[in-house]
Amino acid sequence: MSLMSMTLLAAPAADPTLDDFGHDPIGIVILKSVVIFVVLMLGVLFGVWFERKLISRMQNRYGPNRAGKFGLLQSVADGLKMGLKEDLMPRTVDKVIYFIAPVVLAVPAFLAFSVIPMGPKVNMFGVETPLQLTDLPVAVLLVLAMASIGVYGIVLAGWGSRSPYAMLGGLRASAQVVSYEIAMGLSFVGVFLFAGTLSTSGIVAAQANGGSFALGDVDIPLPSWYMILLIPSFAIYVITMLGETNRVPFDLPEGEGELVGGFQTEYSNSLKFAVIMLAEYVNVFVVSAVSITLFMGGWRAPWPISMWDGANTGYWPLLWFFLKMVLVFSFFIWARASLPRVRYDQLMSLGWKILIPANLAWILLVATMRAMRLDGVNQTVVLILGAVVLAGALAIWLRFDTTLQRRREAKAAQVEAEFEQLQAEPTAGGFPVPPLDLPHYHGVGRKEVPSGTN
Amino acid sequence: MDEYFGSYAVVVALFAIGVVIFAGALFGNRMLRPNRPTPEKLTTYECGIDPVGDGWAQSQVRYYVFTYLYVVFAVDAVFLFPWATVFAAPGFGMTTLVEMFVFLGFIALGILYAWRKRVLAWT
Repeated sequence: MSLMSMTLLAAPAADPTLDDFGHDPIGIVILKSVVIFVVLMLGVLFGVWFERKLISRMQNRYGPNRAGKFGLLQSVADGLKMGLKEDLMPRTVDKVIYFIAPVVLAVPAFLAFSVIPMGPKVNMFGVETPLQLTDLPVAVLLVLAMASIGVYGIVLAGWGSRSPYAMLGGLRASAQVVSYEIAMGLSFVGVFLFAGTLSTSGIVAAQANGGSFALGDVDIPLPSWYMILLIPSFAIYVITMLGETNRVPFDLPEGEGELVGGFQTEYSNSLKFAVIMLAEYVNVFVVSAVSITLFMGGWRAPWPISMWDGANTGYWPLLWFFLKMVLVFSFFIWARASLPRVRYDQLMSLGWKILIPANLAWILLVATMRAMRLDGVNQTVVLILGAVVLAGALAIWLRFDTTLQRRREAKAAQVEAEFEQLQAEPTAGGFPVPPLDLPHYHGVGRKEVPSGTN
Repeated sequence: MDEYFGSYAVVVALFAIGVVIFAGALFGNRMLRPNRPTPEKLTTYECGIDPVGDGWAQSQVRYYVFTYLYVVFAVDAVFLFPWATVFAAPGFGMTTLVEMFVFLGFIALGILYAWRKRVLAWT
């Protein structure tokens, strides 16, 4: 009997709704904010250590192992060193912009974390409060907005440095981030269609159970995580989150091979540089947390654990959330260890020619599927509409494909012709070429004349 | 803080805390760090060689047309998000769906036009 009532009590799980926010006493608000800041800072310190350690293992080396046990204190030492080093502000830089750019980069990164739900309602010092700083009816929009403000930091850092490499890095970053932000925003639409809300706690609550899809008389149960239900949205989000945070394979704004250090070139090893690094890692944490909230069930325990009734109550969800964060962050490191950097025009065409059109088509498809589940909707009309859109998309794709094919063939023919011309007349290309009738070009049949012998 | 803007006030509080922490860190850094500038230290680093000419050198900004496209799609997203939230609510339904199909059709035409005009290619 007591077990029964326990489960009944646990079942509502004190799921926070929008009405639960904005009522916290000021002490609790400050406590939560400070905890978010401190945990994120520590998260960056040990996240850097974890990344270096894991990527070392993937590359068959040890990684940091001098400072502290397992090199755990390496980032702490680096941070202290950066805080105590001489800060070089080059004479030519735009002083105000140069100074505020790291702050513009860092503060919004932290702000985005205020709407990430990390648990249900708990009893905190006698106050019933959700494990989330705040929630808004437009919470996901706030995350996107903060990501956009972060771009200002990058552009200003590049512009204020008055160095060509820094400026090119900043411009690249802005083009890249705005492109990928559109694809990212569009990949959220599928989630909103199913969850029916933009509030993060509402989206997590909507992923509690899957519901079912009625096809004629058959009820097909749907998975509860949007990661599985909306695989294309999730795949696009994963790509855009790498692009949005300038991580490998999309780390062009700081591509050291071509741009020295990108937008941060002129920030020599000082606290300002540390703040930029901090902001980058916090941005990675933010997009990871958003992926967990929107696609992986948020703080809810994954399946085998969720069979335990207490899994989604009290402070336990913090642990599930943390474990999911570690997994997603490990994915970032895995991608960094295995993928080469893409070329800039490849990056842009991936964003605009594949991710965005695919996303638009997928939104229409999801909307059609969703409309079929609604009551009072003429399913035949919806199906016809879906078929028309599908046919239209196919026609456009076919048209593009034939054009591209024709262009590719023309290009191949041109290359072939050029090759033949060069074969006949080696100097035609305008390049100095060695005479092709030298002995060693003609196989072993002729005697080669080695250089340096008489 | 029981009103509608209560939850927004919390965001502002976090913003204030963030600014205070970073301003404090940078101020503390200013107090702690040494400062012995020399002319060499005060030149921009660029690529390690002494800089030549002005820092804001002219360069061709590729993909600048993308900013216009970005505005189109940002507005698109602004219309899509509220649509997606009310879509399943009672009273909407078929009309809402068809309207969004038409709207997205226009948007898709925009990107197709840009594509056809070779705006999306490296120029």
